[in-house]
Amino acid sequence: MPELVVQLTRAGFLALLWLFVLFALRVIRSDIYAASGIKVNVPGFRRSEPKKPKGSKSPRQMVVTHGALAGTRISLDGRPILIGRADDSTLVLDDDYASTRHARLSLRGHDWYLEDLGSTNGTYLDRAKVTAPMRVPLGAPIRIGKTVIELRT
Amino acid sequence: MTGPAAGGGAAASSGQPAVAQTDPGRTISTRRGTELFLLGFAAVLVTGAFVLVEANQEKQLSLRIVWYGLAFLASFAIAHLAVRRWAPYADPLILPCVALLNGLGLVVIYRIDLAQTEKFAGSDTPWADAAPRQLAWVAIALVLFLAAMYWVKDHRTLSRYAYTFGLVGLIALALPGALPAAISEVNGSKVWIRLGPLSIQPGEFAKILLMIFFAGFLVSKRDLFTSAGRKFLGMELPRARDLGPVLAAWAVSVGVLVLEKDLGNSLLFFGIVLVMLYMATERIAWVVVGLSLFVGGALLAYNMFAHVQSRVHAWLDPFADYDTGGFQIAQSLFAFGTGGVGGTGLGAGRPEMLLNQANSDFITAVIGEELGFIGLAGVLMIYMLLAMRGMRSALAVRDTFGKLLGAGLSFALVLQVFVVVGGVTTLIPLTGLTAPFLSAGGSSVMANYILVALLLRISDAARRPQQKARPQPQQAPIAEAHTVMVERPQ
Repeated sequence: MPELVVQLTRAGFLALLWLFVLFALRVIRSDIYAASGIKVNVPGFRRSEPKKPKGSKSPRQMVVTHGALAGTRISLDGRPILIGRADDSTLVLDDDYASTRHARLSLRGHDWYLEDLGSTNGTYLDRAKVTAPMRVPLGAPIRIGKTVIELRT
Repeated sequence: MTGPAAGGGAAASSGQPAVAQTDPGRTISTRRGTELFLLGFAAVLVTGAFVLVEANQEKQLSLRIVWYGLAFLASFAIAHLAVRRWAPYADPLILPCVALLNGLGLVVIYRIDLAQTEKFAGSDTPWADAAPRQLAWVAIALVLFLAAMYWVKDHRTLSRYAYTFGLVGLIALALPGALPAAISEVNGSKVWIRLGPLSIQPGEFAKILLMIFFAGFLVSKRDLFTSAGRKFLGMELPRARDLGPVLAAWAVSVGVLVLEKDLGNSLLFFGIVLVMLYMATERIAWVVVGLSLFVGGALLAYNMFAHVQSRVHAWLDPFADYDTGGFQIAQSLFAFGTGGVGGTGLGAGRPEMLLNQANSDFITAVIGEELGFIGLAGVLMIYMLLAMRGMRSALAVRDTFGKLLGAGLSFALVLQVFVVVGGVTTLIPLTGLTAPFLSAGGSSVMANYILVALLLRISDAARRPQQKARPQPQQAPIAEAHTVMVERPQ
């Protein structure tokens, strides 16, 4: 085989190998953005989903503003969010005033609703005690024991 | 159909999210398309590597290439279909990474076969080709992979058999040490069971079984390891009576070292136990305690056993006793040196210099020679991606058993790669482990495929949307109901 071809194929194979790694990294990147709720377009990997109308003020993440877990952010992907001390909760509280299964945030249509799951010390949405499912406006504090949670875009 | 979107519809990631009032969640993409795309890419790479080997060896492109290619494609097509069927939400990167590593491994093994056949052409003991054997092992491993996928529908069921698995694993680990050397000894280490033409290394399977045991054990006994003891240098030391399990693990790994003369598995086993303990308790004290035990054991082994001493000497200065213990390590360093940054090109190196370990323990040195630093770094990146995806699944999965098992399995892969590549590049003493998926060796391939099946299962559980409650069937009032047989709920 001519020397030039040998050199080219050698370099070409290495380039392909790293291209594979780069593609894999792109998949990981799209995963990271998917988890944080920001839409990213990876060409060739996903069929494009219909875009949502812009300017809709739907909450994208849940932020813990006070309490032991302050600073924790959970992105909202449409699945309900369980809050409590149980191991399998989405937000696992280590709070003496929280119950095992304390409250649940769930999406109905375009709004998030908060319901209390029969907790001992109650759940408060902006000072009102939650008895029936209540719609959670953006930025309204949800109090569970010593923990305060907000929904943000 | 009214109400929530049908369960079957969720699996097919077709476009529109369900808009029913009761089903707010958008459908999560299963990402099987991505997996298929990357698998195709891996197949292209492997075929390219194969063609390059043939071309650089100045051979006519033979029909063999078609057979190898088809076998490779068929096996991963089957694996892909199995994942689609049994673990539709599994991570899309794990299988392509495995496919690429395994395919590259097969090509390199085939390439070493060519070199060795040439080398042994004149002698009276011709070289037995390893590539067809390895391909057969991959096929068997694939069957095990499918079986593991099929039987383990939910990884949590494994935790029920944790103690059984632990016992079986321990027996499997100890068996070669107890058997007579005629059956179990190859190249000085007693880790084999040889029955006629078949030879397997039960330690490879024991590794997985013991990891399942440790995950189950640590989940149920976690509190035992977190009780506080005395404070020392800013960290809480565990109480002396809680040291039992660590000491037991240490004793087992030392036993493996003494009875089976197997440095690699001993190191691997102890490392996995330590890391799983650390992950379960988040206490650095366990790592410190474990590492000091390890250092103690290593010093003891160095002073007591000649084979450990020779390994260490060969590591410190491979060229000092070039003709005896250091030969292979020196050759492997030469291989890396010849390869340099860009490598000699596939098929243009001289892997026969690495003797008959070239296709198992030293396969990364062959890759370093022929693909160079860039190629070997790429291969290491693929290992890292594989382990990273495993770790990520472990983070995302909901149950603690799955978390521990997933993280343990991924860590085992990384540690094994570290020990192999570290040994070959003289970062650490050479210990004699196989590079997962790359090296020739039936047990290693089979065990690692089972490991991957478990990882895929855990990642499937991590990404699978939670099942919706089934609508309760309308029941007649209890007073009017007939007596019926009902099945016990699972």
